[in-house]
Amino acid sequence: MRYSGFRVIAEALTGHKGWKPAWRDPEPQASYDYIIVGGGGHGLATAYYLAKEFKQARIAVLEKGYLGGGNVGRNTTIIRSNYLLDGNEPFYEFSLKLWEGLEQDFNYNAMVSQRGIINLYHTDAQRDAYTRRGNAMILHGADAELLNRDQVRAMYPFLNFDNARFPIKGALMQRRGGTVRHDAVAWGYARGADQRGVDLIQNCEVIGIRTEGGRVTGVETTRGFIGAKKVGVAVAGSSSKVMSHVNMRLPMESHVLQAFVSEGLKPLIDGVMTYGAGHFYVSQSDKGGLVFGGDIDGYNSYAQRGNMPVVEDVAEGGMSLMPMIGRARLLRSWGGIMDMSMDGSPIIDRTHIDGLYFNGGWCYGGFKATPASGWCFAHLLATDKPHPTATAYRFDRFRKGLMIDEKGQGAQPNLH
Amino acid sequence: MIINHPLLGPRDAQEFTYLGDAALIDRPDALSFPSTEAALDAFHDYLYLRDNPAGEHRELWFHEQGDRSWLVVTRNTVTHEITKVELARDVARAKGRSK
Repeated sequence: MRYSGFRVIAEALTGHKGWKPAWRDPEPQASYDYIIVGGGGHGLATAYYLAKEFKQARIAVLEKGYLGGGNVGRNTTIIRSNYLLDGNEPFYEFSLKLWEGLEQDFNYNAMVSQRGIINLYHTDAQRDAYTRRGNAMILHGADAELLNRDQVRAMYPFLNFDNARFPIKGALMQRRGGTVRHDAVAWGYARGADQRGVDLIQNCEVIGIRTEGGRVTGVETTRGFIGAKKVGVAVAGSSSKVMSHVNMRLPMESHVLQAFVSEGLKPLIDGVMTYGAGHFYVSQSDKGGLVFGGDIDGYNSYAQRGNMPVVEDVAEGGMSLMPMIGRARLLRSWGGIMDMSMDGSPIIDRTHIDGLYFNGGWCYGGFKATPASGWCFAHLLATDKPHPTATAYRFDRFRKGLMIDEKGQGAQPNLH
Repeated sequence: MIINHPLLGPRDAQEFTYLGDAALIDRPDALSFPSTEAALDAFHDYLYLRDNPAGEHRELWFHEQGDRSWLVVTRNTVTHEITKVELARDVARAKGRSK
C-alpha cells in the first residue's frame, strides 16, 4: 500500500474503507536463504536493507510476539551521533545520515524531527571533555557546537542555572540530533520489507538452532522447523537466551531500563536535553508529555518492569534540573530489557558456527542505531564482510583488549 | 526488592550495590595453566562472559550502606523473587577458598 496526500483525502471522502493491512501475515515456508530472528527495529531494518540494498531474496523475519513489540516500542525515541571513540562515531554518524533520508527511502511518516540535542556541563572538566567529544564528532563528519551558559539560557530559561552544587555552565549541542516516532520506524521497515517479498512471521518463537558439521541448517520454532542457509540473530534483550541454543555465553547481562511520560503539558522543551550532574534525559512528545529516563535498575532482569528506587532517582534528577516539573504528574512508566555489554558497545559479528550471525549488545542506545544496525548486519549477512563503519563490533575485542568503552567503566555492565 | 540478610534480617535492596553473577567468586588461578594463552583464555571467559539466565540467578550483592558484607543472593530474573540469601564468605569457604 502506498501513502500520499491524495490518498488520505480520497479515503476521508469515502469513509476510510479502503485502508488495508500494511503487510501480509504469511505461513512460514519450509526453508529460506536468510532467517532474521527478531522482528524488532533492528531485525526489520536488516530484512529491509537485505532485500532493498543487497538484492537478496527468500528472506524471513521470525518474531516471538508481534512486530515492534520489544524495545523499539518502549524507548525514549532519541537519535544522535555524539560519540567520542573511533569504533563508535562513524557508525552512529552513518546511522544519523540514514535517519535523515529514512522517510523518503521507505515512504512512511516516521516523524523524524531533528530538534537538536544538548548535553549540559556543570564543571570546567566536563566542558573540556565535551570540547574533545565535539572535536571527535566533527572529525568524523558529524556536527557539534559548544554552547556557553547564555546560549543555553536563551533556549531553556527555566533550567536550574544557579544550583549551588551543579550550576549549568553550558552544553554540547548536536543540532542534527532529535527524536523519531519509534513505532513508525518498525512499521515503515516492516512494510518496506514485506513489499520486497520478505515473509514477516509473527508468534513464532525460536526454541532451537539446528547445526550440522559446524554449519547452521535452520531453526526450530514454535511453528516447526524452518531451514535456512544463513541465520541472523537480532534479539537484543534476549540475546543470551537465543544464543544459549548453541551453547554460546555472551559478554553481556540483561538489565531492565525504565522510562517515563508525564501528563500532557504546554510546549516547554523543543529539543532533547541531558543532565550532566545526574543521569537524566528528557524531551517533549508532540502530544505534550515529557518523555524522560535515567539509569538502569542495575541488576540482571528479564522482567520488563523495574523497581521504585530508580523511579525516585530519575525524578530527583528531573527536579534538580528543572524544579518546576515537581507539580506535573507522572502518567506512565515502563521497562525494557537491555543487552548490557561488557564495554557498553554493541556486537555485529559472525559466530563460531558458519552461517550464524549475531547482532546485539546495544545497551540502552539501540534505538538511534536502528538504520545503521540493519544496514551493517545486512552487509555482513550478504557479503560475509563487516561494513566499514562496523568493523570494531567484534566478539573477540575483549580477548584482544580492543574494548570500545565510552565511559571507561571496565567490565561492569550495570555501570555503562 | 527486600533482601533478607542472614545477619541483619530484611533490608531494602537500595542499601546494596550489585556486582553480578556469583560465578565471579571462582576467579581462575593464573599459575595453574600450562601456558599464558590458556590463562588469558580462562581470564577472558571469567571476566567477560556470563550465563545471563532468564530464571534463577545466583548473584553478588554488597551491603554498602549496612554491614559491608558480601552476599550471594538467589533471585529469579523474571519475577525478581528472592529465594535464598547467603553470606558470600560462607559460599567461598565451602568451595575451599581463603584457607
